[in-house]
Amino acid sequence: MPQNEHIELHQKRYGKRLDHEERKRKKQAREVHKRSAYAQKAIGLKGKMFAKKRHQEKAMMKKTIAMHEERDNKHKAQDGAPQNAVPAYLLEREQVDRAKVLSNTIKQKRKEKAGKWEVPLPQVRPIAEDEMFKVLKSGKRMKKSWKRMITKVTFVGQGFTRKPPKYERFIRPTGLRMTKAHVTHPELKATFCLDIIGVKKNPNGQMYSQMGVVTKGTILEVNVSELGLVTPGGKVVWGKYAQVTNNPENDGCINAVLLV
Amino acid sequence: MTEPPAKVARREQAAATDEPAADVSVIIQFQSLSGDDTGPQLDIPHNVTPEQLETLLNGLLNNEEKLPYSFYIEDKELLGELGAHLRAAGLSVERALRVVYQPQAVFRIRPVARCTSSMPGHSEAVLSVNFSPCGTMLASGSGDTTVRFWDLNTQTPKHECKAHKNWVLVVAWSPDAKWVASGDMNGQIHLWDPQGGKLAGTCSGHGKWITSLAWEPAHKALPSARFVSGSKDNLVKVWDAATRRCVLSMSNHSQLITAVKWGGEGLIYSASRDCTISAWDDRDGKLVRVFKGHGHWVNTLALSSEYALRTGAFDHTGKAPADVEAAKAKAAERYAQATSGKPERLVSGSDDFTLCLYEPSVAKTPLARMTGHVQLINQVVFSPDGRLIASASFDKAVKLWDGAKGTFLASLRGHVGPVYQVAWSSDSRMLVSGSKDSTLKVWDARTRKLKVDLPGHADEVFTVDWSPDGGSVASGGKDRVLKLWRH
Repeated sequence: MPQNEHIELHQKRYGKRLDHEERKRKKQAREVHKRSAYAQKAIGLKGKMFAKKRHQEKAMMKKTIAMHEERDNKHKAQDGAPQNAVPAYLLEREQVDRAKVLSNTIKQKRKEKAGKWEVPLPQVRPIAEDEMFKVLKSGKRMKKSWKRMITKVTFVGQGFTRKPPKYERFIRPTGLRMTKAHVTHPELKATFCLDIIGVKKNPNGQMYSQMGVVTKGTILEVNVSELGLVTPGGKVVWGKYAQVTNNPENDGCINAVLLV
Repeated sequence: MTEPPAKVARREQAAATDEPAADVSVIIQFQSLSGDDTGPQLDIPHNVTPEQLETLLNGLLNNEEKLPYSFYIEDKELLGELGAHLRAAGLSVERALRVVYQPQAVFRIRPVARCTSSMPGHSEAVLSVNFSPCGTMLASGSGDTTVRFWDLNTQTPKHECKAHKNWVLVVAWSPDAKWVASGDMNGQIHLWDPQGGKLAGTCSGHGKWITSLAWEPAHKALPSARFVSGSKDNLVKVWDAATRRCVLSMSNHSQLITAVKWGGEGLIYSASRDCTISAWDDRDGKLVRVFKGHGHWVNTLALSSEYALRTGAFDHTGKAPADVEAAKAKAAERYAQATSGKPERLVSGSDDFTLCLYEPSVAKTPLARMTGHVQLINQVVFSPDGRLIASASFDKAVKLWDGAKGTFLASLRGHVGPVYQVAWSSDSRMLVSGSKDSTLKVWDARTRKLKVDLPGHADEVFTVDWSPDGGSVASGGKDRVLKLWRH
């Protein structure tokens, strides 16, 4: 790496080589071949790294091309006033977050006829007990086997105090405890990272709901106070239900949809 | 054989004698608001009520009609019996007690309690709602580029006026109710005839959007001829409504004009985001004073005589003399009554969370600087009698301040979102506030409590207005419907 602008300075003083442009063109033309040769040769970690880099480059290229194409398109001329009118006193004020200031009307809209228990995932795969729990051996001779470790993600409330570990039947590993969920609002098409208040219902059984096990299809109660929802009576809504849509134990995060 | 009472018992006995007996009397001296003594000093029993004082005062003043009064002792309003009030306030009765009386509005507005109609029509958020000075007509401006006039009797749309090309941000009635000016996002001002809903003319000259409009007071010019506009392009322009020409163009601001007011003393006030307020002469557009009291954007202005300026010759029943000269005289009389010979006061609210009270025609130093809000102040309004100031702030509170001295009186809490707008009832006894939390709330200015909670809007309430005749409140917001609230 040059530590200073030596090359520029030299070029300024003595000019470029006479064949500079030609060499540059050739180098550029060879570049693709060189790269392809490297791609074929590189194996193992280096190959992976190269492939990843190239993949990113290509994605970027595609995006740029799409952008340029869009610019060439002839859009229909915008007629009429822009949407989302605000009064003069709110113009040019920093709105907190565009996704969150979306209309309360849409936020609150609910389907008239929708049943109370109509949820995005109507059916979930039942989870067998031996998948849910891992048997732990205990006792001096390690021959007692009444301890169970939960292999799924759990939600443990703030004020939870453990029983003496010796007598604890179900162990909820701290590595699989989660307190936040990525909740998507289906009508706003926006996702928020919200605090979990509690596990309302685990479809696999009452016991799992009580233990706070979060599997796919579980109904969570989440804290929506930062969404700024207001009831028609002017009270702030802060708890709403959401259904988990992924397998949190595999993904390392909880994704959910808000039930509106 | 009787024993002397124990020490505790003796103390209790002594305390009991502190309670005034039924025949204890207090010497009082009535004083008007300006500090003049009214009548001689009076020796009255301690259990006198404000109602009895009122009868007494009406007798002293030889009023033919009985007027309602409120009484203040050392700036505290007398609400119950005099003796109890004195004991609670810890006041001495050794010397003559000064009782300051203030006349109240002779009429009484009933609080609004229910939504009588939700009037759909606008296809975008309603940004500005204004009752006419006579209280019989209603105009609204919306983001769907239309101005609409509504029939208040049948609560139905009357006229839909299309001419704007962009959001209609402000709508302003002339004090003789013959014109309505509306300003939009593109900087166009259109003038409308509210009776026929016809476009009367267009004033173009501003380069950016119009933030505020104000008409010349009726006691200066009737029929209304001129109005002033403030815009994003940092200019304040005075327009002639008849010729639609720009008469004066004033600029010393370096940022957006947030509010313009046309005062009753021949001054135009403009507040700007460059932290200053300017006063201009309305005849030649000369800069008279610059008020530099704020440290951040100035958001809003209010005048103590604003209600009289807005309603012009119309009284609280919405009647005005038909003859122009008589109407002008009536407007002048109403203005004189509202100011009672004192210079008008100006209050400004700002992004630095404070309000400043000025006497703009006298001095450029503020009379008082009112601190207490913890978020920016979006709107300030003087009560129609000029004695109270209400300020709406993004900190979810409405605060009440003394209109003459600027002292803090009360904080009205109850909204769960930023309060955008407040409006007073014409008898100054109530105010209504509209908030981002989609509700309106009616507050009692006397007890400083929530009177009625008015939920009903589905989204943020951007604008609210109480009609000058007191019968109804209109509100509009992001949910596109205009709601009328009545008793």
